[in-house]
Amino acid sequence: MREVPLRREPVPPDGVMGGPPARGRFGEYGGRYAPESLVEACREVGEAFREAWADPGFRGALARLLAVHAGRPTPLTPALRLSEELGVRLYLKREDLTHTGSHKINNVLGQALLATRMGRRRLIAETGAGQHGVATATAAALLGLEATVFMGERDIERQALNVFRMRMLGAEVVPVITGSRTLKDATSEAMRHWVGATGDSHYCIGSVVGPDPYPWMVRELQRVIGDEARAQCAAELRTGVPDHVVACVGGGSNAAGTFAGFADTPARLVGVEAEGGAGAARGRLGVLHGCRSLFLQDGDGQITQAHSIAAGLDYPGVGPEHAHLRDLGRARYVTVTDDEAVRAAVRLARTEGIVPALESAHALAWVIRAAGDGELPAGSTVLMTLSGRGDKDVSTLKELL
Amino acid sequence: MTYPRTNPAVAAGAVERHLRARRDVGRGLLMPYVTGGITPGWTDYLRAFAAAGADAIEVGLPFSDPTLDGVTIQQASDAALARGASTRRILADLSELSGLPDLGVPLVVSTYYNLVLHDGPEAFCAALRRAGVGGLIVPDLPVHEADELTGVAEGAGIELVLLASPATPQPRLAEISARSRGFVYAVSLMGTTGERAALAASAAELTGRIRRVTDRPVLLGFGISTPDQARGARRHADGVVVGAAVMRRVLDGAGPDDLRAFLAPLRQALDQECDRPR
Repeated sequence: MREVPLRREPVPPDGVMGGPPARGRFGEYGGRYAPESLVEACREVGEAFREAWADPGFRGALARLLAVHAGRPTPLTPALRLSEELGVRLYLKREDLTHTGSHKINNVLGQALLATRMGRRRLIAETGAGQHGVATATAAALLGLEATVFMGERDIERQALNVFRMRMLGAEVVPVITGSRTLKDATSEAMRHWVGATGDSHYCIGSVVGPDPYPWMVRELQRVIGDEARAQCAAELRTGVPDHVVACVGGGSNAAGTFAGFADTPARLVGVEAEGGAGAARGRLGVLHGCRSLFLQDGDGQITQAHSIAAGLDYPGVGPEHAHLRDLGRARYVTVTDDEAVRAAVRLARTEGIVPALESAHALAWVIRAAGDGELPAGSTVLMTLSGRGDKDVSTLKELL
Repeated sequence: MTYPRTNPAVAAGAVERHLRARRDVGRGLLMPYVTGGITPGWTDYLRAFAAAGADAIEVGLPFSDPTLDGVTIQQASDAALARGASTRRILADLSELSGLPDLGVPLVVSTYYNLVLHDGPEAFCAALRRAGVGGLIVPDLPVHEADELTGVAEGAGIELVLLASPATPQPRLAEISARSRGFVYAVSLMGTTGERAALAASAAELTGRIRRVTDRPVLLGFGISTPDQARGARRHADGVVVGAAVMRRVLDGAGPDDLRAFLAPLRQALDQECDRPR
C-alpha cells in the first residue's frame, strides 16, 4: 500500500555534518591533541584521506568492496508487528546484515583501502567487544595487510569467541593489562604502539573519536548508512523523511553515519547512550585520546570507567561531533539502562525474529519507552539503525534470561 | 658554534634563566622526574634530587590515562591515584615545601591536558604559581593547539615547555622552539617514556635540528637512564630528563637516599663530558 508522496521542505543546509571541518573542529570540540610524535602521522592520514575521498577511483573501489564483500546496500526493514504494538511506524536500517555482523566493516574497509594507498603494510586497532577488531582482521586479510589488535584483558575474557575469530583471520591480539583493562585502556595502548610504528602502520580507529582527521573520516566512511537510509526512506515513506532518526551511541560511529544522511532534513535526531556510559548526556569538557570532547570524569578530572552490559558502549566519552550536535540542539542524547536494553532485545527477537546486538538494543529501548510515554506520537515514523547482530551477546544474555 | 638569536624582546622566565646560567658555565643539565603523591613523604624525593645536583625537577601530576607513558610511569600514576593523589593535594604538598628552605631548583610540573582543562587554564596556572612551580609540560598539547594555554601561562609566570619529536618537520620545529619557554623538550625517540638499552640515533639528529633554530636550552628525554646514555646525550643536548629509571626504583621501594645514590653517577657523567663541539 503505497501512499502519495507528501514531501516536506528540507531544512536549508547549514554545513552541519558536511565537509572536512576547519582545524578539525566541530564547534569547540575535536582538534588534534596528539603527542608531538603523532602529529605528523595524523596530518598524513588527513591529507591522504582528503585526496582519496575526492578521487572517484578510490570511491569506486570502496563501493565495490562494500557491495561484493560486505553485502551492501543493507535493507530497510519495516518492523511490522512491533510497530503495531507500539503505535508508531518503525523502520530498521539493517547493519546487522553486513559481513562480520556490524556497521564497523564500513569504516574498516575504507581505512584499510586508505592504508594500502598510503603504502602501509599493517593495521593497528583497538577493540572493546571485538566487533571492530574482527572487522579490522577481516579487512586486513582481504587486502593482504597485517593486523595488530589491542584488547583489554577483561574484554578478552568476556569475548573469547571474537578473540578466536580475530586470530583465525590472522590478526595478532595483544592483551592490555593496564588500567581498567577495557576499551579505554586498549585505545591508549594502541596509540602508544602507533607512536613507535608510524612508518609502516596505519592506526585504524574504530569510532568517531581520536585526533583529527579521525572523527571526520570515520563519519564520512559511515555515512553510507545514512545515505542509503535516506534514499530508502524517500522510496518507502509518504513524508520522504522519518519524523525521528534514532541510533545508539558509544563513541558514536553508527549514529554519526546515520545522522549524516538526515542532518539537512527536519528529522529529529536522537542518540541513545548507556546509562553507565553517557558521555554526551552527562560528560564534562575534556581531552582524551587526541580529541576535545565530553568525557565522564570525577571531581579531580580523572576519567572514570564506563559501565554497560553492551561492551561497545563501554566508553567514557563521545565523539566530538556529537558533543557539537548536542550543543547546537540538532541532536539530543538520552540514556537507557542495561535492563531496558535487555528487555528490548528480547522483544525484537520475539516480534520480528531479529536478535540485535545489545548496543543496538539501547536504541530500540528508547523507541519503546518514547512510544509508551507519548514522546513519539501515535503514527510517527521512526528510523532506527540496527547497528549489529546479537550473536556475540548470547552468552551474556544466557546468564540473564 | 654560535646559536641563532631568539627574539630578545621576549625576556626569558626564571626557569630558562636558571638553566641558561648553568649551561653557559658548561654544566650538563639534569632534570629528574617524580610522580607527585607516589608515597606519603614524596616531597623528600625532591630534596634528594636537589642534593644530588638536579638543575630542575619535574613533578608529574598523575592522570588516569597517560597515553604517552610507558608501563613504569603508568604504574606510578596508578599507584599515586590509588593513594588519593590529585592536582590539589600535590600542589598543597609543594606549597608546604616552599615554606621550608628553598630547594634552589626550579620545579616543572608535567601532566595531561585534561587536568588543565578540568580546572580551567587560568585557575590551573594560578594554582601552579601559588605552589611555587615555574614550568609546565603538557605532552598531549601540541603547539598548534596551545594558544589557549600559552598566553594564560605567560600571564601567570608559568613557562610552558613544548616538546619536539624526531617526526617533527623543520618549519614546525622552528615554531616549537620559538614558542617553547624554559627549554625545549626533545623527545629522543619515536616511542613512549621508559628505559631503553641504548640512546636512540634519532636523539642526535633531532637535537641538531633544534640547535639550528634556537639557542634555548635543549633537554633530551625518553629512554635515558644510565650514565653512558647521559654522556651520549650530553654530546648533543644541554642535558637530560630521567623519569622511568627513577620511578622504577621508587616503585621497587627505593627511598630518597637510594635515589640520591642512583643520580650521583648520572651527575658525574654530565659533569665529565666537556669535549662536545660547541
